[in-house]
Order: sequence, then C-alpha cells, then structure tokens
Amino acid sequence: MSATHKHPALTPLGGPLVTPVTVTLAILAATAFVILGIRFVFGIGSVTNVNDGYTWGIWVVYDVMVGSAFACGGYTMALLVYIFNKGEYHPMVRPALLASLFGYTLAGASVIFDLGRYWNTWHIFWPGYAQVNSVMFEVAVCITAYIIVMWIEFSPAFLEKFGLKDIKKKLSKVLFLIIALGVLLPSMHQSSLGSLLVVYGYQIHPLWQTLMLPVLYLMTAVLMGFAIVIFEACLSSSGFRRPLELHLLTKLSRLMTGLLAVYLVVRLGDLAVRGALGFMFEPGVEGLMFWVEMGLFAAPLVLLANPASRLNPARLFISAFCLLLAGFLLRINSYLVGYETGAGWHYFPSVPEIMVSVGMIALEILGYIVLVRYLPILPREEKI
Amino acid sequence: MSANIKTNESVVAVENRLGISRRSFLQLCAAMAATMGLPPGADAAIAEAVASKKRPSVIWLHFQECTGCTESLLRAEHPTLEKLILDVISLDYHETLFAAAGHQVEAARRLAMKENKGKYLLVVEGAIPTKDKGIYCKIGGQTAIDMLKECAADAGAVVAIGSCSSWGGMPSTGPNPTGSSSAGEVLGKVIPNIPGCPPNPYNFLSTVVHFLTFGKLPEVDHLGRPKFAYSRLIHENCERRAHFDAGRFAMEFGDVGHRKGYCLYKLGCKGPETYANCPSILFGDVGNASWPVGTGHPCIGCTEKGIGFTKPIHALADLKNVVPPLGYPRIVEEQGSGATIASVAVVAAAAGAAVGAAAAMAKNLGQVTVLPPEKADKSAGKTETERAEP
Repeated sequence: MSATHKHPALTPLGGPLVTPVTVTLAILAATAFVILGIRFVFGIGSVTNVNDGYTWGIWVVYDVMVGSAFACGGYTMALLVYIFNKGEYHPMVRPALLASLFGYTLAGASVIFDLGRYWNTWHIFWPGYAQVNSVMFEVAVCITAYIIVMWIEFSPAFLEKFGLKDIKKKLSKVLFLIIALGVLLPSMHQSSLGSLLVVYGYQIHPLWQTLMLPVLYLMTAVLMGFAIVIFEACLSSSGFRRPLELHLLTKLSRLMTGLLAVYLVVRLGDLAVRGALGFMFEPGVEGLMFWVEMGLFAAPLVLLANPASRLNPARLFISAFCLLLAGFLLRINSYLVGYETGAGWHYFPSVPEIMVSVGMIALEILGYIVLVRYLPILPREEKI
Repeated sequence: MSANIKTNESVVAVENRLGISRRSFLQLCAAMAATMGLPPGADAAIAEAVASKKRPSVIWLHFQECTGCTESLLRAEHPTLEKLILDVISLDYHETLFAAAGHQVEAARRLAMKENKGKYLLVVEGAIPTKDKGIYCKIGGQTAIDMLKECAADAGAVVAIGSCSSWGGMPSTGPNPTGSSSAGEVLGKVIPNIPGCPPNPYNFLSTVVHFLTFGKLPEVDHLGRPKFAYSRLIHENCERRAHFDAGRFAMEFGDVGHRKGYCLYKLGCKGPETYANCPSILFGDVGNASWPVGTGHPCIGCTEKGIGFTKPIHALADLKNVVPPLGYPRIVEEQGSGATIASVAVVAAAAGAAVGAAAAMAKNLGQVTVLPPEKADKSAGKTETERAEP
C-alpha cells in the first residue's frame, strides 16, 4: 500500500523542554512517586482505601482498565491503516502509538503497585505457576505481550534518531508480524477486561452485568481509540501551535459516530433482552451514574449529527472528550459503582490514591511532550 | 474402575460374604488406594486382590499394651472395616479374639506357623520388656522376647501396630522399670510399623491390603513407618492451620479462642513436630472434625518417639518446618471507609480541571490553523518510502 500514499516525513518537533506546563506535570509525577515510595515501605493499606471487599481500587480500575482503553489510539489506528488499508491515516499512527505506548506501559506498571505481593509477579510468566484457565492470566500475559510488541512497533522512531539504519532495515522486514500482533493482542485483552466482570456474577448491578460485557468493552475500547486520536490531534495542534489535520479528523469522526450508533443499539438492546431496562429508573447512585454514562455516549451522536458540524474542530474535540468520559464512566460504573459485595463494605479512593493516578496521567503527558520534541513522531510542519 | 470388576464373580461373592453392597466395597477399596496415594487403577487391583486372593495367615501377638489397637480396629464405626479385616486375613492367633485358651491356642499358633512357614504375616501389638531377661511379660510360660523371636523367624513380614511395639510407647516412658522396648529393638532391625495410640485402623488395613495386593509392604521411611501415612507433619494439613498462620490461638481451655476453634499450638499441640495423616483421614468414622485437634484437644504426639508420653501435654511443640511469621495481620477486618471531604474535593477538582481545560481547549480550537486536505497530500517535500512501519 506504500506506493499510493505520500506523506510529509516525520521529524522531531524541537523547542524548549522546561516550560510552566512541563514543570507542573513533573511536580505532579514526583508527588505520585513519593506516595508510591510510602506504599512500598509501609504497604498498600497505608495509602489506599482498598480493602478485602473492594480489592480493586482506582489503581486497577482507572490506571489499568481506563488507562489501557485511553491507550487504544495505537490499536485503532493500526487497525485502520494496516487492516482496513486506510493509508491516508498513516501520519497519525506514530503519535497515536506513542500515547498508547505510555498508556499501556504505565498501566502495566500500575498493576505492580496494586499487587500486594508484587515480588511474585514473575509467577504469571512461569509455566509451573501460571493458572492458564484464569481470565486474569489471559489479561496479564496479553497486556505484557502487547507492551513489548508496542515498543518494537515504535522502535523505528528511536532507530531513526540514532541513525541505526541497518537494524531498522532488518526490523522493517518482520515488522508486519509485530503490527499484526499489535492488532490482535488488544482485541483479546480489551474484551477480556470485560470478561473479568462477568466472572464477578451477581455482585455487579444488572445495568452492567451481562455476557455481552466483552463485546461492550471491545467496542468502547475502539471508540475510545478514535476519540483519543481526535483528542490528541486537537491538543497537540493547540498546544504546539501546529495546523490541524482536520480532513482526517472529519473522516475519522464519521467512522466513530457510525460505530458509536452500533454500540448504543447493542448496549440498549442487551438491556432490553435481559429485561434490565427498568433498573435505570430506580432511584439511587447506580441509576444516576447510568444516565450520566449514557448521556455522555449519546452526546457525540447529537453533536456530530450534522455532517457540517464535523468540520468544526471545537465540536470534534468536545465529542471526543465526551466519548472518553463515557468510556471512563462505563469502566468505573461497572467495576466500582455497580459493584456490591455485601453489607458493610465501602470504597472511595483516598487522596494519596487519587494523587498517584493523577501523577501517572501527568507522567504520560510529560513523556509525550518530551518525546515528540526529541524523536521523529509528528509529520513535518508545512508553512502556510 | 474397569468394567470387568463390576461383573467379577469374586467381587460379587464378597457382596454375599460380607453382607455389604458391591458399591460400598469398591468405595472402600478406592478409599484405601487413595489413602496410600497409589496410581489410578490400583483401586481395581486392590478390589480384585481382596476379593479373590487366598487369605494370608496372620499371627497377632500382644505384649505390654492396653489392647487399644485391637479395640480401635474392632470398634471402627465403618460398617465394613472389621468385617473386611477379618475377611481379608486368616487370623490364626489373636489372644483377645480367640475363644479358645491355654495350651490349645498355643498349639494352634505353632500349627499355623508350621503350615504357612515363610508366608504368614506377624503383627506385634505392645512393647516387650527386656529387663531381667524379660520376665515381666510371659505367655504360656514363654517370655515375650522369646515368643517374638520365635514367631518372627519364619514370618513372611513383621508389622508392628501401635506406638508400644513401634518405638516403646507409654510403657517405655521413664523410669521404664521393665526395660520396655519396641519390636524392632528386640529383633535388632527396622520393621514396618504403624505408630499411634491407638493408630488409625485404616492405616493398618491399607498396609495389610497393600501386602495382599502387591505381595510387599508399602514404602516406608527410615523409622519403618509407611510413607503414605507418616511423611507429613500433622501441622501441614491441619484444619486449624490458617489460625496459626494468622496468629489466632486458644490460650486456655474454654476461652473465646478455644470456643472459636483457633489454633491449639499454645495449649501444647504437638502437631508441628508429629508425623501422621490424622488431619487428612480423621479418626473414628464419625465425620467432620473427628480427630483430637478437631474436637478441641491439642495433639499429644502419640505417634512420635520422644514426644508422645514423654513431653508434657502442655509443653510447646518444637516447630519443625513452619516458623510463625514475625508480624501478624490484624484480626479485625477493615471494611473500608466511604468518601471523605478531602477525597471528594480532590475528585471534584480533578474533574473540574479536566472539564475546564476541555472547555478552554474547545474555545482555542476556534482559532487554530486548519491544514487543507489537498495541501497535505501535495506538500510532501520529502516523502516516506518505507511503509511497513508506523
């Protein structure tokens, strides 16, 4: 497919690394590391509110479930460009991949923070210890494999920077295999993140507990992949004062809204088939959060209903933002809000717990800024 | 179990002979195979052997003991056990069970020994007094030492049942006025033994059945104890073990911890230094928790030389392979707290910052330069040629 599309070459952005934004981000990230230091010295109970009833707090539900879904940009773009052969989106692949790389690597690291006996982590990968029938095992191995695959997928950026042309040439011969894995693996574990919930059984509120969860999680992961690409494109064009590739975003948003409509049909259809529609009218936190979640899913459909509105960057940005929030809420709702394990158990993240998640986000953005300035990731800017 | 076992004539014959259903007979054989940790298929071999083999002659000697081993075997609640043991073996000499007495029985013993020379199974119950040439225990005018040596000389196999004959047991406890010794010590070699006071009848039965099925006794450790029953500490499989690990102990009989079923280690339980399969197969066939620790009494280490009848019951056990943790988790399980003002404030601040930033961004995007599509396609100053990469 290479011959048919010609794109501006990718170059490092350059520019200052120390700015008020990067310094703020660095402070937030440093705070997170101080809290993690306390966690590793005094134990997980000293900084988080997780307990034996709520064993998964936001370090898993946000940092891993949501964080990896936010990091699906690389997956969605690879799917579009390499599987559906939409070469026109090619300039967006590498920036999307970089964000995914950060998202996933930090998600993988966050699991270690959350494991009570983190020193046993290697057991997952040791055949004698692995419990191969476990959904969690599938997720753990798959995500780890994907992180490695993404680093390889992204390595041409480093190889270009350091002028290692021979290695790059050799790598590009087998890269198609890595890219194929890069599309396969997220399809596996993003759906498995939903399967994990199916295993919870009746402990999950009927508004979220369904055998369709793997499908819903996979669809929203792809949707969030679209959204994060639009979101990041807007952010970097505004933040780095670069022109916006609006024509690509418009096309992307058309795909996004189409898939979103399908998702809503599946979601509501599933509720109807299970006879669970009535639960959304029951007063309570679950009902309220369901409406907020569904409202955010529906918003982009309304905002982008008119084809002309897809040419408006602000509308595209807000739609992507709503969709990201909606996917975020679907995960938070199904794992925490809709989870009830018995009388007396409570969970709400503690301040240090939240600060670690905030710090992880800050680290991600900081890393992105530093790397796009330093490595060839964004297309060369055209002077208009 | 193979199909031929179901129709096997001798198995059907067992049904009539013992008055038990074929199903419970096969279940018992399977349970014995499992107790001994034998591979799949052994249950069928056992069933076949028990049902068809000629019953081995057994000579059962009693010395310094309380007959508890025999009693526990006969009083086993399992309906088939004593029937089976008496069916499996031909008990040619047993002082407790014989109707006959005096020279008549002694003659029967000598006859059985002569007829089954080199094939009979000798079971020894009770310790043997050795002080003053063994005069403290005599049967038919013969000392225990002489009787044991005479019977052991032509036996196919010798098995010691109970702690007394296994390692001296209660009679050998200091000051030991009669010089009580184990059967192995008197015979000058390690013999297979089933220690316990009394031992679990299933361990004995399994050992005998193994002999019957495979023509040899099961694998034993350096002290002659069958490995299937005595290779693990009681502590390793104890149902109260979790309490030990969590630091929950009964401190005295009848206290709150004792009533709640906490670990009995601090009451002197010898589980951590006693090798036996009691927690796995229990005792007395009355169901769940029917073994000493299960009923709330610390293990006294009855199977273990130097512990049972030697160490005071209240004395702490030596921890052989499990050392308690340096710190214990708290017993109170925290159920978590709901939202605090601070945490809600932080969540609200984060959400507000995100929404605020998004709104500001959206406003900014109104002024951003938009790259026209045709420009983007033609503007390639330097085009990329390698495509199989992101």
